[in-house]
Parts: sequence; structure tokens; C-alpha cells
Amino acid sequence: MDLGSINPILLLASIMAASTPILLAAIGELVVERAGVLNLGVEGMMITGAICGFAVAVGTGSPATGFVAGAAGGAVLSLLFALLTQVALANHVASGLALTLFGLGLSALLGQGYVGVKPPPTARLDIPVLGDIPVLGPILFSHDLMVYVALALVAVVWAMLKYSRAGLILRAVGENHDAAHALGYKVVRVRVLAIAFGGACAGLGGAYLSLVRVPQWTEGMTAGAGWIALALVVFASWKAGRVLLGAWLFGGVSVLQLNLQAAGVAIPVEYLSMSPYLITIVVLVIMSADKSRAPASLGRIFHASQ
Amino acid sequence: MRLHLEKRPQPSRRWTDLSPLLAVVITMLAGGALFALLGKNPVEAISTIFWEPLFGEFAFYYRPQLLIKGAPLILIAIGLSLGFRAGVWNIGAEGQYIVGALSGAGVALAFYPLDAWVVFPLMIMAGALGGWAWGMIPALLKLRFGTNEILVSLMLVYVAEQLLAAMALGPMKNPDGMGFPGSRNLQEYPAAHNADLIAASGLHWGVVAATVAVILAYILLGRHVLGYQIRLSGEAPRAARFAGVNPGRLILFCLGASGALAGLAGMFEISGPAGQVSIDFNVGYGFTAIIVAFLGRLHPVGIALAGLLMALTYIGGEIAQGNLGLPAAAIQMFQGMLLFFLLAVDVLTNYRLRLAPRPETA
Amino acid sequence: MTLKSILTGAVMALGLGTTAAVAQDDKTKVGFIYVGPIGDGGWTYEHDQGRLAVEEHFGDRVETVYQESVPEGADATRAITQMALNGADLIFTTSFGFMEPTINVAKKFPNVKFEHATGFKTAPNVSTYSARFYEGRAIQGHIAGKMTESNIVGYIASYPIPEVIRGINSAFIHARKANPDVQFKIIWAYTWFDPAKEADAATALIEQGADVILQHTDSTAPQAAAEKAGNVISFGQASDMAEYKPSPRVSSIIDNWKPYYIARTQAVIDGTWESQQTWDGIGPGMVGIGEITDAVPADVKEEALALKASIAAGEYHPFTGPLKKQDGSDWLAEGETADDGTLLGMNFYVEGLDAEIPQ
Repeated sequence: MDLGSINPILLLASIMAASTPILLAAIGELVVERAGVLNLGVEGMMITGAICGFAVAVGTGSPATGFVAGAAGGAVLSLLFALLTQVALANHVASGLALTLFGLGLSALLGQGYVGVKPPPTARLDIPVLGDIPVLGPILFSHDLMVYVALALVAVVWAMLKYSRAGLILRAVGENHDAAHALGYKVVRVRVLAIAFGGACAGLGGAYLSLVRVPQWTEGMTAGAGWIALALVVFASWKAGRVLLGAWLFGGVSVLQLNLQAAGVAIPVEYLSMSPYLITIVVLVIMSADKSRAPASLGRIFHASQ
Repeated sequence: MRLHLEKRPQPSRRWTDLSPLLAVVITMLAGGALFALLGKNPVEAISTIFWEPLFGEFAFYYRPQLLIKGAPLILIAIGLSLGFRAGVWNIGAEGQYIVGALSGAGVALAFYPLDAWVVFPLMIMAGALGGWAWGMIPALLKLRFGTNEILVSLMLVYVAEQLLAAMALGPMKNPDGMGFPGSRNLQEYPAAHNADLIAASGLHWGVVAATVAVILAYILLGRHVLGYQIRLSGEAPRAARFAGVNPGRLILFCLGASGALAGLAGMFEISGPAGQVSIDFNVGYGFTAIIVAFLGRLHPVGIALAGLLMALTYIGGEIAQGNLGLPAAAIQMFQGMLLFFLLAVDVLTNYRLRLAPRPETA
Repeated sequence: MTLKSILTGAVMALGLGTTAAVAQDDKTKVGFIYVGPIGDGGWTYEHDQGRLAVEEHFGDRVETVYQESVPEGADATRAITQMALNGADLIFTTSFGFMEPTINVAKKFPNVKFEHATGFKTAPNVSTYSARFYEGRAIQGHIAGKMTESNIVGYIASYPIPEVIRGINSAFIHARKANPDVQFKIIWAYTWFDPAKEADAATALIEQGADVILQHTDSTAPQAAAEKAGNVISFGQASDMAEYKPSPRVSSIIDNWKPYYIARTQAVIDGTWESQQTWDGIGPGMVGIGEITDAVPADVKEEALALKASIAAGEYHPFTGPLKKQDGSDWLAEGETADDGTLLGMNFYVEGLDAEIPQ
């Protein structure tokens, strides 16, 4: 055993990169859920974003275009879900599961010609002065652009939900759609926009996986990341800041257990892998004492017939 | 003028029956277009999926397979539908299925190689108990702390999956298995084997259990006061409280019952068709059953039909893969489409499409 | 009356048992059951390359069918049965988890030949085949030992099963021979395929000083992690992973099923097929060693090629004594080579490895 071989600075930097895909997907889903919609199709949207981003990046040679395409792919797929739940008033849980099934199939078909292809590299930003700061430099300022985009998105969502009028409307729709409707807010429109935003974020997260984290295309490559993102939103008790914390914790447990293994610590891997989920349940229990809770209209179907 | 949805005072009987058929027809059209796009003959592909398993030349083999594939789906979906009707959202049936299977297999492996009739009944009890216990975790947490059962039950799926891997690689590993992961094959342990009751019929104890569950659920919902309470809680929670329904008891019942049924399904699967504890034992029946429950309109008979329809698309899809070279992904998409359309046309049951002048608000 | 007699009876009654034999006499039908999607770029991908090679080699004389992403258990039984019913003459089932289903179905179709990969159960119409990947590991180990500057080699393992443990031992023995100071750091990923996790595992190893990464998981994610880190070399696994040439990927182990699949199909066509247990290595070409790139110094490359040649010729066995087990007990005496039984069930590390096999 050689714990000294774990470099805490590099470890923290790795955690930041490892948590980016789930962070992106989770912050999108958070907005969706705050609007009162439960979309369980995150996995399907992520993997669709992964292949759309990959294919376009390979085709154009530009990772940036790829990311845009990934977001677009996720958003387009999410509109199917919006159509089902907001127009056809179908059940959210079933529609979301159907979306995942559909997305996994679609991505595999789209990706048939891309196995074994190497995508154009995404440049790492070398921020001149900041990157040279000891300790903080490597942890915070040595990543690719998307890591910062993800962090910025969290900040924007946090500020929007807390301070902006749009955020207020979104929350009103999520808490009590009938009251929001009575106040003259367009419930369906707000929710469709939220769903599309969630889809775009999930797609972006997927594209980050296929273009930066891995980077390659293979069928089923998200390997459950979308479900973790869903867990993350709950863990965060629907608060943007805590999503960040949660993503680092989830990413951290995974990266840390690999590092402990490499350092020769004999740990029961399966049991450690359970821990993020158990922690989430514990957090849910603790949270119930807290005032924060799930949006009241979460998963309920809205129809403006009254 | 615009299209407008108007809520029906009563769900339409006609559309309840018609909408699934309509959805299947639309799916065939859209799926046919997809298959044509992939360069396959759409008519041939569709008929392979829907016709071949039932009436094709090898139907004698595929028909029993429909039971094998459909039984766990129906068994789990029946349990889930009780909760869904009452507004209790158990989406962790996959986890309860795994734990039920592990409990049942655990009993079998503990008794191995004892050849006594008592082993199988004990396994059934252990399977139901295991699933029940896994379902009680979100139930008790909801009662005691008010935590959301959707999320807790979902989290417990991942915990169960890790548990399964740990068991397959550790305590339940076959001592004669050359170090490979996976338990002994229960199909080769007669006292524990959930064999076909009539050879090659596909009719194993899980099918029996699914049939019994459908009948019991039908009676429960139609005749029993508990069924009435379940329906009332789902449709009018406030009225239910005034009518003296104890919501806590209902939560315990719904999650417990759906957990137990999922556990049973897992136990029957692992002792029969699957045969052994392996890392990839679970293939998503718990999640597919949620879809089946909704396709069946949360009605026991509907669920039985929906379960068989799902099984049909699985088996027909496999045949299409083998015979026509359709990629598995296309079949997956096709199933996704079927669900989309079934969910979408369901709106016609509860709402009427009307051309109406644009209203002032909304 | 057993299931078998009922089924075969039913087949006969419908006159199908004969159609397979008569109507398609001129065309041999070969089926493949895959555990993953053919687009996985690794295990299943290479098996499908083997299928395509069969098609190309025999042209119109054979017809191939496959089914991908088949779950183990009841679904596998059905998939295999379906192929047999539809007149397949030879069926390859390409995952360990298909062992019981293959044996079960084979009982019902005595006239169909079955080939099960990586298993240990055979029957009169069931053969098994597997590759001696540990021979390739020996070559990787040698290059790794010579090339490492930090003396730390990182190893991404999948599940603690004999196949994987054998690979670790073989690589370690030859790395130590090349460099007595070398140490292995091993991470068990508990997956065959999860690109993100594999990337994290590679990064963790690199951050702890490893400058050579060996992997027993199937994605190219570790290659990308090595490339990103710079000054780290890696080896392709299952497929060549040539897109990461010349560095970080300096060589590779390629699962090459083509010659075997062609030979077995030929045997069925000729009527000479017999049940057997095949465990082939570099010599017969089942284990391919991908091009050793110029990132490897010329002398090391030469030694590696010499090692490959002597293994291929059967002159050298990677597990040749004197070797001790990790606990210090004797395993193989001077000049003694390991028997296949021990290798197939290998559940111990050799002396010098500073790690524990998870239980």
C-alpha cells in the first residue's frame, strides 16, 4: 500500500474533468424538474448527443461545431418527449423510459459508420497566468473549455432561478401549474422550453463523453451516466449549487476508488460502488427535515381545461 | 381556429379499446418506413415481427417463448399497476427483481445438493420476501421521513445491481466453475429447478403465478374494499382521506405487494429460464414492466395483453435480426416508437379533439 | 419423452429437419451469437470481422447470420435455438455466459455443430475454442519492462477471473525479466466495457506514476488518456487500435478469429467436423501481435519479435520455471512449464506482484 503515490492536486483536477458530463446532464434535468416535468429519458438524450456531436465533429473537423450539434441532437430528441407529455398529455415516467429506449436505438443506428474513428482533439485551455499558480493552477485552470462552460451553466441556472423573472415563472409552473395558469403564465410553453434546455444540456454532456472524456464512439458508451445525472438532481435537492457539489462527490467516489486501488489498497469495489446511491438516499432522508423538497407539481400532467 | 383538447366527462370506452390498435397500426407504418430506409423490405420486416412468432413455420417453438418472456413482465407490471393507480410510484422494480432472485437462489444454493420437495416452496417464499423487503425500504422511508419513493426505489436498483455483481463474483460463485463468475446452474439441481410443467410448453411456475396475479388483481380492484381505496386515492386523494383511507397503510401495501411480485418474478426467472446468478442476470424486465403497466392502461387484463405484445416484439424482433439482418438497434427503435404511439394516442381516451376558436387565455 | 424428442419430433413432422439438409445442401449456413453490439470496437467487433472473413473466403458457398447484443440466459437459449431451427449448420456462440445455453440447445439439435468461445463444457456436437492471450501479454510485458522509466506499469483489469489473472502474471513475469525493478499497479474496473471508467482508471494510474498502461478492457479510452498525458505508452487490446499509432499505442494484442472460423466452416462443408477443445496462441495465428511501432527502440523491438517467434514456434512457454507463487511457495521447477489445467483455473499471483486478488 502506498497512499503517498496519490497526488491530491492531480486527483482533484481529475475529479473536475470526470464530473463534467454528469454535471451538464444534471443541471439540464434540474431545470426540467423545477418546471414540474420528470424526464427519465436523460440517458437516451445523452447518447444521442454523444453520436450527433461525434459525427459532426468528425465531419467538420471542428469539436466546437460538434458540441453545438450534440446539444441540438439532445434538444430535438427531447422535443419528442415534450410532444408526448405536453401535447398528448402522456405519463412522464413511461414517456421518459420510452425516450431512453428510442435514443439508445437511434444512436446505435446513426453511429454505425463511426466505430474506430478518432475525433478531432479538443484543445486544452492553457490559461497563461492563472494556470501557473501552484496547487490551484492545475486543479482549476488546466482544463478544456467545456469544463468551464459546464461551471458557467451552473452559475447561470442558479442566478436565473434565484433572481430572474423567468426563473420565478419556471418555479411557479413547477410548484403549482394550475395557479400559474390562472395567473396567465403559459404553462405548456414554459415546460417545452425547459424540456428542450434539458435535452440540450444532456446532449452536451454526451458530446463531452464522446469527444473529450473517452474520446471515441461506441454503442452504449454512456453506460448509465444519464441515470446518475437523475440521481444527482435529487441528491442536490433541486438546487443548482448542490448539483455541482453532488457531481464532484459522485465523480470523486469513482475516481478515488480507482486511485485507492492503484495505490494498492484492497477495497471491496462493488460495495464502494454502491456508496454514491446509498449516500443519495441518506441525503434524501436528511433533506426531508429541510424545507427544500421536490417541486410540488413534479411529474403531474397539466391540462388547461378548467 | 385551432385544434383543441377537450376533457371527456368519462373516459371513452370505445377509444380505450381502439387506441392500442390504432397505435400498433401507426407503428407499423412508421416502423415500415424506418426499415425501408435501412434498405429492407418493410412488409417482410413487419410481418416477420408480428406474424412469424405466432403463425410462422416455427411457431411451435416461439409461442411457448412468448410465455417465458411475457410472464415476468406481467407479474411485475401487475404489482406496479396497484401502486400507480394509488399514486405510489415504484420505479425500482428492477432492484426488487434482482433481490428476489438473489434470495431465491441463495436458499437453493444453501440447500444444494439436498433433494427435497421443500426446497422450491422455500425459494418461492424467499424470493417474495426479498423483493418485499427491498420494496419496503422506500415505503418506510416515505412514511417516516416523507422521502420521494420514485427516487429512493430508483437508487436501490443500482445498489441491487452492485449486490448482484458482488454475489456472482463472491459468495454465490460456483465452486466447480473454474473461477469464472456465476453460480451453479439451478437447472441442473432438480429440487430447485423451475422447469416447464408440461415439457416444451413454456408453462413454468412463473407463468402460473402471473396468471394468478392477473386474476387476483382483477378481483381486488373490482370487488375488494382495498381495491376501491386504491382507486380512490389515485383519483381523488382528498376524498380518499375523508372516506377514511389510511394513506400510510396503502403505501406499505402497494410498495410491499409490487416488491413481492417483482421478487417472485426474479426468483422464477433465476431458477428456470436464466438458471444461474450471473453479473448480467437482469435484463431490464423491471423497467420494461413499467411500460407494460401503462400500455395495459393499469388494468389487469390490459396488462396481460400488453405483456404478451411486448414479448411478441422482442421475439419477433430477434427473428427479424436473424432472418433479415436487421440491426438490433433498429428493433430497439421500433419498440420505442410503439411505446411513443401507444402513449400518444391514449390522449383520445380521456380527451376529445375539437376544432375550436382560439381561446382568450392559454 | 423428453423435450429433445418432442422438439425433434415436431421439426420432423413439419418436414423442416430435412429442408435444412436438402434444400440448402449447396449452401452452408453459419450463425454467430454476439454478447455485445458489433459496433463495440472490441470483443464482438473482432468476432464479426471473423464472420465477414468467412463470407469473403467462401463467397456463395456459405450464408452467415448473426444476432447481436444477446443477453445471457433464457434469451441466449432462444437466439441459438432460432438459428438452429432456421437451418444453421454451424453456430458460434461468442461469450462465456453462453456456455449452458449452448450445451442445452446442442442436445436438441444433434445434427447442428456448435462452437462455444472461452468455455470448458463440450459435447459430441459442441467444441470449445479460446485464445492464449497470455502469450501476447508476455511480449507486452517485455516491452513494458524495457520502456518504463518510472518502473511503474499500470494495469487496467476487468474482473478477477483466471483469464485476466493469467494475463497479469504473464505480463509481470516478462516485465520483471526485462527490468528487475519494475512494479505493477493494478486497477480492477469490474466491467469489460465502460469507456468513461476506463479513462478514469488510466488517468489514476498515470497520475500515480505509471508510464506504461496495459489494459484488459475493450475500449480505446485508456489510449486517449495516455495520449493526453504524453510520455506514456499503451497497447491495443482485442483490436489493433491503430488510430493511436505510433504512440501511445506501441503494439497490440489482436483477437484474430478469422483463420479458425474459416477452418471450422471448411470442416463442416467437408463433413470432417469433430468435437474438440482448441486453445490456440500466436503460432496458429489466433493471437495477433499488432505492429510494434518506431516509438519502441530498435533493440527492444528486435527482442520482442524474437520472443514472439520463439513462442510461435513452440520453443518457449511464457510460464516456464523456476517460478514461485506470490506467497513464496514453489510453483514450477527450473525448466518446467505450466500445464493447461492450472492455467485455465489460475487464481493466484506469481511472486513479486505487490497486490491482492479481490475476493
